[in-house]
Amino acid sequence: MGKQFLKGNEAVVKGAILAGCTAYYGYPITPASEIAHAAAKYLPLAGGTFVQAESEVAAINMVYGAAGAGQRVMTASSGPGISLKTEGISYCAGAELPCVIVSITRGGPGLGNIGPEQSDYNQLVKGGGHGCYKTIVLAPNSVQEMCDFGLMAFDLADKYRTPVIIAADGFIGQMMEPVNFPEPVKVFPAKPWAIKGTKETRKNVISSIELDFDDLERHNIKLQKKYAIIEEQEVRYEEYRTDDAEIILVCYGIASRVVQSAIDNLRAEGIKAGMFRPITLFPFPHERISQLCDKASNFLTVEMSNGQMNDDVRLSVEGKKPVHLLSRYGGNVHTIKEIHAKVIKIMR
Amino acid sequence: MAKDILRKSEVFYDNFDRKPGLDKMTTTYCPGCGHGILHKLVAEALEDFGVQDRTMFVSPVGCSVFAYYYFDVGNIQAAHGRAPAVATALKRANPESIVIDYQGDGDLAAIGGAEILNAANRGEGITVFFVNNATYGMTGGQMAPTTLIGQQTMTTPKGRTVANEGYPIKMSEIISTLKAPVYVERVMLGDVKSIRKARKSVRKAIQIQIEQNGFSFIEVLASCPSNLKKTPIDSQNWVREVLQENYPLGVYKDISAKFVSPDKSKTPVNYKDLPKVLNIEETNIDKNRIAEFTNKQFHEQFKIAGFGGQGVLSLGIVLSEMGMRHDFQVSWIPSYGPEMRGGTANCSVQLSSKNIGSPVVDRPTVLVAMNRPSIDKFEDSVAENGYIFYDSSLIDIEPQRKDINIIAIPATKIADDLGTTKVANMVIVGAIIEKLGIMSKDVVLDSIGEVIKKQKLININKRAILKGVEFIQNLTK
Repeated sequence: MGKQFLKGNEAVVKGAILAGCTAYYGYPITPASEIAHAAAKYLPLAGGTFVQAESEVAAINMVYGAAGAGQRVMTASSGPGISLKTEGISYCAGAELPCVIVSITRGGPGLGNIGPEQSDYNQLVKGGGHGCYKTIVLAPNSVQEMCDFGLMAFDLADKYRTPVIIAADGFIGQMMEPVNFPEPVKVFPAKPWAIKGTKETRKNVISSIELDFDDLERHNIKLQKKYAIIEEQEVRYEEYRTDDAEIILVCYGIASRVVQSAIDNLRAEGIKAGMFRPITLFPFPHERISQLCDKASNFLTVEMSNGQMNDDVRLSVEGKKPVHLLSRYGGNVHTIKEIHAKVIKIMR
Repeated sequence: MAKDILRKSEVFYDNFDRKPGLDKMTTTYCPGCGHGILHKLVAEALEDFGVQDRTMFVSPVGCSVFAYYYFDVGNIQAAHGRAPAVATALKRANPESIVIDYQGDGDLAAIGGAEILNAANRGEGITVFFVNNATYGMTGGQMAPTTLIGQQTMTTPKGRTVANEGYPIKMSEIISTLKAPVYVERVMLGDVKSIRKARKSVRKAIQIQIEQNGFSFIEVLASCPSNLKKTPIDSQNWVREVLQENYPLGVYKDISAKFVSPDKSKTPVNYKDLPKVLNIEETNIDKNRIAEFTNKQFHEQFKIAGFGGQGVLSLGIVLSEMGMRHDFQVSWIPSYGPEMRGGTANCSVQLSSKNIGSPVVDRPTVLVAMNRPSIDKFEDSVAENGYIFYDSSLIDIEPQRKDINIIAIPATKIADDLGTTKVANMVIVGAIIEKLGIMSKDVVLDSIGEVIKKQKLININKRAILKGVEFIQNLTK
């Protein structure tokens, strides 16, 4: 496979197509629109389906239909659009339909702006929609990961029959970096539960309704067991210079790229700083952060939100060590300088 | 005609095992409800046409949410109002399938207005059965968009008024204004005669999907005795005598005689062809040609700024693309936020021999200034011993810094002499490559054709790069 220089928003589509994605249903929204553009360009060439839906709501319900038909299907949106999609995501989770949703988070609340934020963490990670469900959430911090997670998301979605969200921000979507493309996926899992308009699948029903209280309770318990297995087996994270770190900066997405540079600067001054980056926001790497409490004396969450992920960091730390927060909002990305200053202040 | 009307259609399950509770023989529908009759007409048609295995039935939210208890076909239940969206994707995933979209009046005409209108407008090859009984059945008799003026419901206790709720929506009339639908008819389940007529319409609608892959819409006036608070007989009379008065029966559109579906076939692509389709085939750069550059340790951070239209972003992309061809770590990011407005643009590019952390450039080692505001804005941010390349044909001031290298290059003039102002950015690319010495000129010139999309512009871009190279060479002579 070749190497190509491209935007994160385009890389995720190419990764998805290499993963065997054959359908895209979406609605335009900045800063996620390039995903729809790339899907409109490449999916039909690859024998797939692209439809610009009449709304975000229609788009996610088309995803529901395509996933019910056993297709590898994706959609993408941002902030307000994801809000509209959450009902449909809940239906997908309830009916156990695998699908991939890319969120290129923008500034909120309300119409906000089109700059990068990480303010939709709770929406994406904590369910967002109604009911006791979770989605696997992958947080890329490079264009390469946008492509790679495009592939990984479909595998995880099919493996667990669950929606998977790729949670990026406007920055990761808009930036360009070289990508080494992986080989196309050739073997796909069987989906005997899907409906395809065939004799074999005639017996199947795709539904999230369970009228009987006990039946719905059993269904919920089954879902919770699935999420427990995901928490046990699918935690992913990256550590940077944490071995001897006295302060650990916890961050994801674009913030982690800035933090990485800040760590190098701090280390050059002899300050033992390290970075911990959750790659899966659900399942969150609680256990590893808890272990890191034995080494580090302080944690600092660097987050482009009011500390939505910081709540999870504090749950992991369980009060054993101080957890600090450095927030930015409104489309502003932390500067290396302000991260540096905050660490100096904490460690002094 | 079905062969034996006393027999339950094969398309119905013998026992409704999916239904909770002990009674697996009767439906969830109230006595006198229209759904039972319409279910029967649909099931018999599917059986007679021999398409049971191919059929997928989309159950909506509403009383027919449990259609999958009864229909022995592929079943999927949809969110409130979204059945046409679900049906769209089902049909497109399996174009040979028969997709039945079955909806009530609240589902289709209120919360799902956008979905039905747009599925119809796209001409999806599906069959829609729209049950209009002028009320919300399942939620307990609230006003529907089709509730009649004066009709009492739980949410119009004194009767629907024009002043507060507006007029009843006439969906068949609306759908028939669209170009794509093939067949739109309103029928009723008002007496034996009208049911027989409805049967014909149901069959025709399904047949249009089977034979012509066309969109059909059958509105079925039906009774809801429980919420009308009438006996089954009285409520059927009401459908015939009152509802029909307000919703005239008839064919609103029928172009089936001459309809030919647009070609919706897709060409499947072998995975081996995917790299070509996605434009990600192996690129071959001779490692020997870049060898002398790949061992250098460096990290250059570029801020490239100017007016929109000066090719500022593409200057950054060309540098990045060339960096990638030298196996460097590379990142490019456009300016983001308010400064994009007002006609100025900038981008950050990094080329490095090691991993790039933050792609944001706050302290550039190289500033490329294509206009005066760029000097004003970014001169102070340039790192010590860094560079400013500026277009001296457009900028009438000189940067003041003494601790950096300042290269004034009349890029626009050089470009104009070549015949087009547009390649001023490439003149600067040439100057940067020559001055910094981090890339092979030959590789850049040989691969510029992979980056410049328009074939006829490749040569002039090459010449502009060479002019930039020569300009630097002449400076240092």
